[in-house]
Amino acid sequence: MEISNLPISPSHRGKLLAAGYTTLASLSSISPVQLAQELNIALQEAYDILKVTSESRNFESCNEGLGEGASLFSHSRAKTAWDMLSEERSLRHITTGSQKFDAILGGGIHCSEVTEIGGAPGIGKTQLGIQLAVNVQIPVDYGGLGGKAVYIDTEGSFMVERAYQIAEACISNTLDKFNFQGMDMRACQEKMQLNNFLSNIFYFRICSYTEQIAVINYLEKFLEEQKNVKIIIIDSITFHFRQDFDDLALRTRVLSGISLKLMKLAKKYCLSVSVLLFNQVTTKFTEGSFQLTLALGDSWSHACTNRIILYWNGDERHAYIDKSPSLPSAAAPFSVTCEGIRDALPQYKRARTT
Amino acid sequence: MANKLISQMGLPPAIANIFAARNISTAKDALSMTELDLMALLDVDLGQVKSAVSRISEIVCPPYQTALSLTEDRIRSERSGGHLPTLLKGLDDALCGGIPFGSLTEVVGPAGIGKTQFCLKLALLAALPVSYGGLDGRIVYVDTESKFSSQRLMEIGRSSFPQIFQSDRVLKEMGGRIVVLRPSSLSEFTERSVAELSRTPVIVTNQVRGQTNSEALHYPFEGQRSGAVKSPESFESHLVAALGIQWAHAVTVRLVFEAHS
Repeated sequence: MEISNLPISPSHRGKLLAAGYTTLASLSSISPVQLAQELNIALQEAYDILKVTSESRNFESCNEGLGEGASLFSHSRAKTAWDMLSEERSLRHITTGSQKFDAILGGGIHCSEVTEIGGAPGIGKTQLGIQLAVNVQIPVDYGGLGGKAVYIDTEGSFMVERAYQIAEACISNTLDKFNFQGMDMRACQEKMQLNNFLSNIFYFRICSYTEQIAVINYLEKFLEEQKNVKIIIIDSITFHFRQDFDDLALRTRVLSGISLKLMKLAKKYCLSVSVLLFNQVTTKFTEGSFQLTLALGDSWSHACTNRIILYWNGDERHAYIDKSPSLPSAAAPFSVTCEGIRDALPQYKRARTT
Repeated sequence: MANKLISQMGLPPAIANIFAARNISTAKDALSMTELDLMALLDVDLGQVKSAVSRISEIVCPPYQTALSLTEDRIRSERSGGHLPTLLKGLDDALCGGIPFGSLTEVVGPAGIGKTQFCLKLALLAALPVSYGGLDGRIVYVDTESKFSSQRLMEIGRSSFPQIFQSDRVLKEMGGRIVVLRPSSLSEFTERSVAELSRTPVIVTNQVRGQTNSEALHYPFEGQRSGAVKSPESFESHLVAALGIQWAHAVTVRLVFEAHS
């Protein structure tokens, strides 16, 4: 690696290059005191530079030596596909509430991945978000993840009363299901208390894109303090970026920064956090006509691992897997009922006026 | 929160001075740049940039609440748990109590369906004392189409709440709480931030336009609709709210008024 690629301040970099140090190897045998004298900087600064250099060298040597000897694997952050297979198999899913929707997702929303869900207004994105914030809390014994949820609301569409309704329905459906299977009812009921479900949803209300960036930066610390958060829902990622931004190039840079941070968050905690982003819809002129597409542009569409589009098929709500590394493209019907997201039923179709 | 000054955040003086020297004075300026850009601009190493950004983010980030404490707070401190009851039973049940505080509710419907009448009634309900189910508050009525009729308002008051609207003094009191604005052009205020910051219900009305099925927008993966299939419904036009998709995303609750024969 070259000195010019090190994450140090430009003036330090300039001094190193001016003093003749162009590669990492050239700094391998120098002491902080010597470096400080040569570059005419403070001792602590020289020490910091050498620390960054040695970290970068460790990373570099691991990547070069892959395949040669087991000792390198213990230092490296790279894993073999075989190791990842067993990890992937043990990952759980968060049920959406609709069996057909779960089926096309391979069981539910994937953990450790960033999933983008987009759709026209009124299709049910917020409803799906609230449903998942509740479903993630189903105890492990009853097929869930037993985790907590972070709900970041940028539009003001989160309704507490609705969360209450959905949580109540989820609890009674789960109890019914396990009653049927003959499990101990009292233990079930103790674990699934309505107030607990509501207190495990952490709600942030965001009013500008600055606050949106700030909350995503703050989440890392928040997740360390609040162990056991298993899903982060951002409803919606688009809203403040559509209204306030005149400089589209800056918008693209900021959005890619956000998506990188979210991906890091999803992967960082081996206890696997799912990140769910909601996006809005806009029209685009392609192939001679106006078509619907998700907002924020083409560069954003590369940012998320999975992409699901919710749309109206006639009078029924459908979900379509638009992009996924492991799932085939497929569509499934679902409906929004007073109990939350469930399989499509004939009485939950849309009325004729939009 | 976005415009909070970096100088008032309690960052270590060294880094705070560097931010000031480069003219990055608010949190918005700092957080709009990527970390590598900041590193190049401020001439400090990545570790220092990361810790400064992390500290700024923590300060600017709004405080969180659990869904449980949200419910408890609203029941305790807001009238009717954060809703303005419309006194239409079915609607209030569907809206979990009434028009929600803190978000934008849109009323859409064809001309003559009753949108303005609905607004007049709501204005009155918000002015009523709490004992009658109102909010005991002041109302700002922005009338862009010159449809506000004070006489009609008083008539509604006298017929719906005869026990209150008996004397002129009460009429004056209630009428005095409603401020009517008549902007003649697009004004500067954004309805959105009014709703968010002050936890008041904000209602807007919208018009409709017709749309035939052939105009309906689809996603690329839905493919072309087969032109050969001609069901009777394909010629029926149905009503669509004006102002398009982006506006539709901006409202939180959309109430559609339509006539059923």
